[in-house]
Amino acid sequence: MLKYLLPLGLFAALLILLGIGLTLNPREVPSPLVGRPAPTFTLPRLDDPETPFDSAEQLRGRVSLFNVWASWCVACRQEHPFLMQLARQGVTIYGLDYKDTREAGLRWIERLGNPYRAVAFDAAGKVAIDWGVYGVPETFVIDKQGVIRYKHIGPITPKDWEEKLGPLVDYLEKQP
Amino acid sequence: MKWGIALLALLLALPASAGIEVRQFPDPELETRYQNLIEQLRCLVCQNQSLADSNADLAEDLRDEVYTMLLAGKRDAEIVDFLVNRYGDFVLYKPPVKKTTWLLWFGPFAALGLGGILIWRIGKKRRPEPPPPLSDAERRRLEKLLQDHGSDDS
Repeated sequence: MLKYLLPLGLFAALLILLGIGLTLNPREVPSPLVGRPAPTFTLPRLDDPETPFDSAEQLRGRVSLFNVWASWCVACRQEHPFLMQLARQGVTIYGLDYKDTREAGLRWIERLGNPYRAVAFDAAGKVAIDWGVYGVPETFVIDKQGVIRYKHIGPITPKDWEEKLGPLVDYLEKQP
Repeated sequence: MKWGIALLALLLALPASAGIEVRQFPDPELETRYQNLIEQLRCLVCQNQSLADSNADLAEDLRDEVYTMLLAGKRDAEIVDFLVNRYGDFVLYKPPVKKTTWLLWFGPFAALGLGGILIWRIGKKRRPEPPPPLSDAERRRLEKLLQDHGSDDS
């Protein structure tokens, strides 16, 4: 009996393994930055080149989302209305305009609305490299101590928010 | 035919031109190190291409980073660390041997060993056992049979 059960069992195990493999998204590369303090930077703000966006000052003291976007990014456009909705709900969102032109970035904000408390302007994409960004949009959840607690790759959907980001933000809000 | 060959040559030439910027190196050793580095680092956008092969924007930026760091006198290990700290082990085409990658590194050998043991055990089971030696009565009967058979033949 074992003679037949053993290969069958091995086959079933292999099927399960491959099945799990199929559900994984190879584009979601785990970030080594999760659990570490957010990389610090100073960049000009998108709306005003004279005013600096100082990450050490902005990205701490409150739970926030740090959303990397660009006006040329199609998935960002898809995500944008939901960011607007989150901002209306009182979620703090900071932006990083990635490899964009100032005019295009400002036009985007003007036309589609501004969900961001402040947007840093990263024309060269150097800061994004420090954050391990490899595709836009990407969103980091940052806690009150300025530590990255989660990285979301791709546009945030209402489902993502309900299942992962929302509960995490609620939990972090309750932490000292 | 001539056109076919020309087209084929053009198609073959395409990948060779991908991801190559003109870079100036003060000495050829740096250039070799640069080539080596960008060949063993993975482009995160295309995933199955190295930084050297990829035309993606990010790959270009990362090649710039590698180039700048090389010129600044950074060691290869420092440059690799720079990228691993930001993008994780995934940027390495050759992942490091550590607890989470044991299965990856040693799994195939374990599977090979397991398979070998299985084949050996199955092979042993299938080999027929040698028949027990004949008893005296059986031997006499055999001889008789052979004799009878022999006499029938002639």
